[in-house]
This record gives sequence, C-alpha cells and structure tokens, in this order.
Amino acid sequence: MKKLAVISGKGGTGKTMVAGALASLAECSIAFADCDVDAANLELLLNPTVELTKPYYGLKVAEIDQDACTLCGLCEELCRFDAITFEDGRFSVNPIKCEGCAVCTLLCPSDAVVMKTRINGEIYYSKTSFGPFAHARLEPGSGTTGLLVTEVKKLIYEKAGDKELLLIDGPPGIGCPLIATVTGVDAVLIVTEPSISGLHDLKRVVTVCNKFGVDIFVVINKFDLEETVSLKIEDYCQEAGISLAGKIPFDKKVIEAIKNREPVVSQKCPSADAIKEIWIFLKKEFNLL
Amino acid sequence: MKIVVASGKGGTGKSTLSANFSYVISGNRDVVLVDCDVEEPNLHLFFEEKGKESIVTLPIPVIDENKCDFCGKCGEFCQYGAITVLKDQVMVLQNLCHSCGGCLIVCPNDAISEVPKTIGVLWDAQIDSNLRLITGVLNEGEANGIEIIKTVKRLSESSPLVIYDSSPGTACPVIETVEGADFCILVTESTPFGLHDLKLAAEVVKKIGVPSGVVINRSDGSDNETEEFCRENDLEILLKIPFDREIAAIQNRGELFSVYYPDWQKQFTDLLDHIESLCGGNR
Repeated sequence: MKKLAVISGKGGTGKTMVAGALASLAECSIAFADCDVDAANLELLLNPTVELTKPYYGLKVAEIDQDACTLCGLCEELCRFDAITFEDGRFSVNPIKCEGCAVCTLLCPSDAVVMKTRINGEIYYSKTSFGPFAHARLEPGSGTTGLLVTEVKKLIYEKAGDKELLLIDGPPGIGCPLIATVTGVDAVLIVTEPSISGLHDLKRVVTVCNKFGVDIFVVINKFDLEETVSLKIEDYCQEAGISLAGKIPFDKKVIEAIKNREPVVSQKCPSADAIKEIWIFLKKEFNLL
Repeated sequence: MKIVVASGKGGTGKSTLSANFSYVISGNRDVVLVDCDVEEPNLHLFFEEKGKESIVTLPIPVIDENKCDFCGKCGEFCQYGAITVLKDQVMVLQNLCHSCGGCLIVCPNDAISEVPKTIGVLWDAQIDSNLRLITGVLNEGEANGIEIIKTVKRLSESSPLVIYDSSPGTACPVIETVEGADFCILVTESTPFGLHDLKLAAEVVKKIGVPSGVVINRSDGSDNETEEFCRENDLEILLKIPFDREIAAIQNRGELFSVYYPDWQKQFTDLLDHIESLCGGNR
C-alpha cells in the first residue's frame, strides 16, 4: 500500500478540501485516515457509516485518595507540570495538566496517589462510498495527540492494508501529531497558500519532512489571491528540488461545495479542473493504474 | 488583562486578528503580543522584527555508565518509553522524554543526571514604544513545544495587557496557552469545518474555565448556523470581519489591513473596551 499524507504546516490552507476531492477522484482501491485528530473534518465530506468504535486510552492520570493523604505536600513539590495544587485544605490533581509521568506516586509516604486509566477519546473504523476510513475524536482538552494519530494509522493498516493507496488527512504544525503522521508514509502532499505565513510554514514543515526521507509534493491553493507570493513559493520549490503538483485558483465554488458537504470536484469549476490535474500527476508519481 | 486568541480550526485568522488588534490598541496602551503558536509562529512576519534571541531548553537524563548497573528500573518506570536498558547499555530516546525527572528518583545508584537540551528559541522585540512582541519558536524536528509556551508566557506575566496568539486545534498547546487567561477570543469562519472546530474549541475553553466570545472572519453574510450555535451556547459574537479580496491580499503580503482601513481602528478599540467590561473592568 502506498501511503500519502496531505499536510500543510500552516493551518487552514485547504488540506481537507484537497483530500476530500482526491478521495472522490481515485479510481484505484483506496483507504483513508484522518490524522488531524483534535480538529477532524474529513468526516464532514466523506459521510462515513461507523462500523467499529474503540475507546482511546491515553496516558494514565494521577488521582489522590483524600482519606489516605497526610498532606505532606511532597507530590506537589515533585510535579514538574504544576498539576498538583493545594486548595481548601487538600491536595488535588488537575487532570488537564497531568502528563501521566507517575513521579508523584514514587515518594508518597502513604501510597495515596494512584494512576487511573482515563478515556481520552474514541477511534472509529467506518465505511464510506469511496472506501474504508479510520478516524478519531480526541476528548477536547486531552493531550497525547501523537499517540492517537499512531492508533488511527494502526487501525487502517490492520483493516485495509490491501488497498493500493492510503490517503491521510494530516494535522497542521510540525509537532508530535505531524511527526506521528509523517512517520512511515511514502510521500507528503503539502498544501500551501500564497501568503508569507504560508511560505514560512511550508519551509519549516519541509525541513521536518526531509528528516523522514519522504517524497515531497507541493500544491499552492488559492494561488491567484497574491501571485507575487505564489511565484516566491514556486521559486522556493525549484531551489529546494521539490515538485509542484499543481496550483488551484481561488474559487467561490469551493466554499459552496464545503457548505453542501460535498467534494468540490462534483461541480464543474476551475478549482475542480485543477485538482483533477493534481490527481493525474499523483497517479503517475505513484504508478497507480 | 490577558486575552487569548484561539480557534480550533487552523487558518481562520487568529494571527490576522491578534496582529491587527494589538497594533491598533497599542496606539494608546502598552501591549505585549505573545506568539504561542510555537510550531508555526507567524506574527514576526507582520512586524519584521525578531529582536533579542535566547534559547529554550529542557532537562534530559544522561546516564553515567560507570555508576549504572543496568538494573532497568529507570526504563521500567518511564511512562513514555523514553529509556531502553540493554545488557550493557542504556538508550535515552530524547524525543519521547517529557523531562519529568522520575528516572533520577528511581535510580538506586545515583547514575542519572540531567543536561539541558535546546528545543527552540524565543525572540523578544520592542516593535515601538507601546508594542512588544514575544515569539516562541520550536526547532524543526522537535515534537513538544509546551516548555516554550510556558517560557514566553512567564516572560509576559507581569504586563498589564497581554494578547496571546494560540496554535490551532484543541490539544495540549492550546490548553497551555489558554490556562490562566481572563478571556478567550474564538476566531471562526462560516463553513461546516469552521463551525465543527469552533464547537470543540468552545468546549475546551469552557472546561478550563475561561470566558469566551466569537469573531467570525471572512464572513460572507450567511452565518446562520454559527450564529445559532453561539446563541444556544451563550457565546457572544464580538465582531464580524467580511470576506474581502483586498484584505486577503494585504494579509498575504504580510501587512496589517488596519493600516489600510482606518475604520477598523475604532472597531478594535471598541473590542478591547467591550472585553474589559465583560471581564468586570479588570484592567
């Protein structure tokens, strides 16, 4: 199975829009995963029917048994995440700040601190009219997004490893969720926009991807909104030896399609034509069909 | 007064809002603008000034193999799988380490100490007499920027008026940024994606216990669903910024649209006054 992750560096450049459109264009056997687990949107376009729901346990969280606690305060002193506070005559753990390191359990003289498993979200395996789809919902306010991304990928490999192509909708940024997404994929399609922020963030995410030795392709979305910056992005790609997979014009039909919750290529418009060209490019790169 | 600008969905206009908002209100107030989106910090692009640079480090364990007897207790304890103890070697996977210090405590031979590892930098710039910009930057390849967010927040803590620009999403970087704030501005756009992620972001902010309000960016006038969600959840719509190709182009070039459209100066000044009154005149 070839694995392609759609990522961006900067948020909101059009990752999900592009991933959704490619999903509906693919004639090969294809599976999908939404690895933007703390703001997952691909499901809004793929209209999935959930077949399997699994709880996601992140790291454990400390809890203090108030009856056993002797109020010595050692746990608060040791906690490097400021997760333990003293209020109203008792020590308690703020589960949002607790990183599950368990240091507080180590020296407690009365064994009053215990690590408790907590459900941090759900992982889903679904059917869509385009192919099987793994996605997740992170409990808002939970950490360990990288771990959840890895679980989503594991599930789709397990269930749909025989498909020709896995298309992943990735997270923005360059931190743990992105690193977990890019790990083990063959190529990334970086969707950028013609803004100096888009270019700045593109360079940073390329630096990270280069450490993983994956193939890199770039798409400039809404390229005609500021063509001077668009040209700078093209120059950068050329200098860095990165292939430009295509340019998508600004098109009001895109917002219209998203509002109707359908892939933009279901309409006849300039942006749909551009994305069809991008799919032809990718197909060739991946030797599909 | 500490105001966070957050969003859930990326690219809704957090940086656009925080840059223009801070620039306008610095006209007659001292403002510290803090870029907490350490994975992809962009505010410095609008002010073309990075300022003084200093490094941010995290303590990482090192093993003194003369003292270590390879008992394996550190590896067993580490909840993140960051230490692997072999027969005659200990491997520390720095990227997985959360710097909790647990391995030092469990080591019976006092063989573990900590050394600082650079994970990023911060830039501290005085843009003009009233506006200071502090930026946190995570090094490419590092997984966890929480310590950088903590550092830039600490640096601005004593200032009377601080605007924090958050990263997108609803996970740990956002929580770290929102914690301790007086108010949170949630920037959204009128698409199903924007609304879906606004709901998640509003839930997180509520969980942390910070009051919030909504700014609809690139509004095309048909914001019914967003308005309805806000009404049902007692979220006030503080401001709408219409979609305008010219605003987009100014923004894309790295300039401030409030400089080109002075009408917006009053809107942003009023926004601050309004937020301050909502927070009970906490100045």
